[in-house]
Amino acid sequence: MIYRRNMGSTRPVLTGFLRAYLRPYRSRIALIAGLQLVQTVCILLLPTLNALVIDNGVVEGSMGWIVGVGVAMGAVTLVQVTVAISAERKGAAVSAALGRDLRSAVFRRVLSLSAREVDHFGTPSLITRTVNDVKHAQTLTLTLFDTALATAILSIGGVVLAVTQDFWLGLLLVAMFLTVCGCIGFMIATMAPLFERLQTGIDLISRILREQIIGVRVVRAFVQQRREHERFDAANRFIFQPSLRVGRLMTTFAAMVTLVTNIFMTALVWFGGRRIDDGSLQLGTLSALIGYLTLIVLAMVMILVVVTGLSRALASVRRITEVLDSEPSVDEPAVPVQSRTEGGFIEVREVDFGHPGSEAPVLHRVDLVVRRGETVALVGGTGSGKSTLLNLVLRRYDVTGGAIRIDGVDVRDLSADRLTTLVGVVPQTTRLFSGTVRENLHFGDPGADDTRLWWALRVAQAESFVAELPDGLDTPLAQGGRSLSGGQRQRLAIARTLLRRPRVLLLDDCFSALDGGTESRLRAALRHELSGTTVLLTSQRAGAVRDADRIVVLDAGRLAGDGRHADLIRDCRVYREIVQSQPLGTETPGREAVDAAHD
Amino acid sequence: MPPTTKGDTARRLLALFRPQRAALIGAVVLALLSTAASLLGPYLLGLATDLIAAGMVGRTLDPGASKQDVLARLREQGDGTLANVFSTMDLVPGEGVDFTKLGFVILASLAVFVIGGLCLWLQGRVVALAVQKALFELRDRVDRKLARLPLGYYDRTPPGEVLSRVTSDVDNLQQTLQLTVGQTLNMIFAIVSALIVMLVLSPTLALLVLITVPMAGALWFLIGKRAGLRFAAQWAANGAITSRVEEVYSAHHLVRGFRREQRVQARFDAENEALADTERQAQALTGLIEPSTRFITDFSYVLVAVFGAARVAAGSMSIGEVLAFTQYAGQFTRPMVVLAGVAGQMQSGLASAERVFELLDAEEQNPDPATPIRPEVVRGRIDFDRVAFRYVPDVPLIRQLSLSVAPGSMVAIVGPTGAGKTTLGNLLMRFYEVDEGRILLDGADIAAMSRDELRSQIRLVPQEPWLFAGTVAENIAYGCPGASREEVVAAARATGVDRFVRALPEGYDTVLDDDRTTLSAGERQLITLARAFLGQSAVLILDEATSSVDTRTEAYVQEAMSTLRAGRTSFVIAHRLSTVRSADIILVLDRGDIVEWGTHDQLLAYGGLYTELYAGSLAPADS
Repeated sequence: MIYRRNMGSTRPVLTGFLRAYLRPYRSRIALIAGLQLVQTVCILLLPTLNALVIDNGVVEGSMGWIVGVGVAMGAVTLVQVTVAISAERKGAAVSAALGRDLRSAVFRRVLSLSAREVDHFGTPSLITRTVNDVKHAQTLTLTLFDTALATAILSIGGVVLAVTQDFWLGLLLVAMFLTVCGCIGFMIATMAPLFERLQTGIDLISRILREQIIGVRVVRAFVQQRREHERFDAANRFIFQPSLRVGRLMTTFAAMVTLVTNIFMTALVWFGGRRIDDGSLQLGTLSALIGYLTLIVLAMVMILVVVTGLSRALASVRRITEVLDSEPSVDEPAVPVQSRTEGGFIEVREVDFGHPGSEAPVLHRVDLVVRRGETVALVGGTGSGKSTLLNLVLRRYDVTGGAIRIDGVDVRDLSADRLTTLVGVVPQTTRLFSGTVRENLHFGDPGADDTRLWWALRVAQAESFVAELPDGLDTPLAQGGRSLSGGQRQRLAIARTLLRRPRVLLLDDCFSALDGGTESRLRAALRHELSGTTVLLTSQRAGAVRDADRIVVLDAGRLAGDGRHADLIRDCRVYREIVQSQPLGTETPGREAVDAAHD
Repeated sequence: MPPTTKGDTARRLLALFRPQRAALIGAVVLALLSTAASLLGPYLLGLATDLIAAGMVGRTLDPGASKQDVLARLREQGDGTLANVFSTMDLVPGEGVDFTKLGFVILASLAVFVIGGLCLWLQGRVVALAVQKALFELRDRVDRKLARLPLGYYDRTPPGEVLSRVTSDVDNLQQTLQLTVGQTLNMIFAIVSALIVMLVLSPTLALLVLITVPMAGALWFLIGKRAGLRFAAQWAANGAITSRVEEVYSAHHLVRGFRREQRVQARFDAENEALADTERQAQALTGLIEPSTRFITDFSYVLVAVFGAARVAAGSMSIGEVLAFTQYAGQFTRPMVVLAGVAGQMQSGLASAERVFELLDAEEQNPDPATPIRPEVVRGRIDFDRVAFRYVPDVPLIRQLSLSVAPGSMVAIVGPTGAGKTTLGNLLMRFYEVDEGRILLDGADIAAMSRDELRSQIRLVPQEPWLFAGTVAENIAYGCPGASREEVVAAARATGVDRFVRALPEGYDTVLDDDRTTLSAGERQLITLARAFLGQSAVLILDEATSSVDTRTEAYVQEAMSTLRAGRTSFVIAHRLSTVRSADIILVLDRGDIVEWGTHDQLLAYGGLYTELYAGSLAPADS
């Protein structure tokens, strides 16, 4: 499974990842670091100045010192706030930009993947990765900029200052710092796998929800709401445990850090007392040291937020990288070949195809030639491999044996741009996008003017119903065009593809929701408008099939017949069965031919 | 929808914790204890510092003299300030630091710290559990809500929008609560108790620290209000981008097949940019809170340092007291800085909470009647009694439809696309409610029945096949989870599923889901058909149930269907008129009205729309 992977490789993934995506913002990040440095120095200056007030002002009894240093402290505070705000703003800008870049990169990568990789991840997981996981990675950078950087500078600066003030007592702070760092390391190691599970759980929840939303009609029709809720409940429980453990670990960490720092604080007073007693330490210095320690404690509390963010981001970054690192299994040819002619001449040569892991091949040694301008109907039982053959022409998958050539060039040697310009498809399942009718049609050809749009709608028999929509072409379609009937959606999808004016048109059973009259008018229009276009279609309709110039029969992935209707009726048993199975066929010449063949 | 305010949202969020009241009270007690410890600790350390200071000074003084002598001598030398300082100390001239006393105080403070840490830890665990339980409950409620939303909600709202509310927003809420609930409690206690101690130690200095409160309060109010709006915009943009991503990824093959990656990417990038904008703005605004709060508290630190020093110089406070006061001032102001940081996250969390509550508040389908009726005997008689229905208020679809269907008969519904055929099924299943008139099942008004009762009498094969992530067998047994493998296989055989399932790598245990491409559209349809075969029902609705299935398989399935249909009332919506010829009655629908009805032969003889449709489906295109 994609979720199981050893955690050892996590750290380099994160650094490499950050390096790659933060590179464009190098200078701004350097600026942020500089600003954070200034603001931290300011914070650290305060206890030092306070020590001056005590040692030189109070103990010496000088009011002048007290007021003078006080004014200096006020000025430092002012500088600090200005710098800090500016650092925050810049940090916010960089992290928002990084989030944007990452989302865009993941989205782009998903678009470049082929069907197999998308199947592998699953759509819901890809959605979570694009939105939710990126958010976590982004939150991490934000905390890195505003908290982690300041915290690191603060604690290291505090330790350094402490050491310069008093070496031995300073060492005590070093020890404390190291102890807390140890705790942090332990925390990250413990939390990262938990967050991994948590994200997997979110995948699971979003998959179940997506199913419940998309399948709501079936769920309700079969009265399975309770069962669906149980499924959700299981997923909800699945993420409850890791969430709880994360919350508890955070608590443990907070308590641990508080206790450690307080113990060191006590130790500091004890040993400080000894050193003051032997005259090697000033009281003001001890108070400064306590001040530094307090600052470090504050920093450590903030580290809690960073640590949690970091563990979570580690899991998310790995999931993002998984997507970014996947390569499309169907890839662009290194040197695309240009076909010399543009005929739309298709050769399918000894094509084999099988899904990985499945023993039974979907297609076996299929041979087929479609001449330019010819209309060929693929006929065969459900699951005989008709759609698969079309998918291979489109290179949604690559053949596992043999070759498919268009105008003499192997489809694997054509650039994807070229191939999709040549070949247009109307897929089996209709999908429209949210947006207006016009925007949906422009998906086929962004440059098409209204005259062309209406032409395509006319051919697709969609002219009248689009014209009757309240705003015509500018009528917005609800999600996936749900406001339209299945047949209306299908016709829009056909119009969308027609706008591409492909040399080869693949129609994958895309008349299924049309009534007979509409379908036959549509076929007539296609024939009239697309003479010269090679058409490869699959259909369950007798009319569509009989109309074709040639009929190719597939049976369980093998070629079972190739010819005209009358010949196939005579020679091809499978075809005969298909035709006979259509009750309507009894009143057509088909039946007579069958009878004749039997005579 | 009633307008909600931040206050309402926060209150509702708190209400989620009501079942955990006992635990939270425990948490409050523990928080009090740990706060007490965090106050007592510095006090003890202050005592320790005083001991050290006394020792430091005492060691340098003449061992023979008493404390009074030393002070008198200093005053004589005109060193009044120093005398004042020394007067506050518990010093014995000639004696160094009293390590026995110091050791005792140090041990005591250690004990206090350990107890405090323990309380903090326990409190955190209690809070973590309460937070997770509350979130569990929230997710649970959302999922239950989804089951009560009317179907129209789903037809209107992009799935991605709902998804983002249940995943991203709840996730954000979780982070917010985890970070804030525990911390806020401790911080508020710390602030209050530190304030009390400061007031006791030195009311004047305490006032200096107190002026920070109204300043910080005003600041938070001003920034928080704006930040809330920005976060609301941010999470709305997040929902929009989720919808976009969901839509595009679901249509991945189309985008690839049309080479529209760039166009889709461009649209995505525009929305992405908008999201980044809102994120930047929200963050830049909340980013103000912490530094400016820190400024206010630092400013008070400076004031305390200066005035404290002056008071020590005046002899009215000891150094140890000032140091302790500085500590308490820190304990007062530091939590304010942390709270300021938390406030930003809280704004974001509240914005998310509001989106979740908005979903929870969405209008629900009418609840089932309190005492639902049920037909005495369900035989499958259906009456449509002057039914009117419209999806869009101004566009009537079905105006006045009346129809009686005898039990066991087969009704075919045909008509041009968009005529409202599917709508009849929607109304019968009560996916949508009729606007006027009523529908009766064996004499019982279906609106007075419980939906589940009604639906369990009806088997539906919807237009678009839907499979969930699970095995083939589980998908077939969807309506009857208890079905045995034999029953599943029998249903699969009857619907032609068995043939292709045997070719799958793991047969009936092959895992499917709605997006995978292993099965063709026809095969998926057959599986949903097999689903309808399992279990008993009086009514059957087949909405284009075999449109993607090849005719040979269909003929085979038809035969099985006629067994299935025997004794059941069936509604068959079809375009392929071959499917409907044997129907007892064929209804021809056009624009929501029944324009013709009768048997196949009667309708052909009549020569109306049906004849036209029939001719169209038969005739070669060029005729």
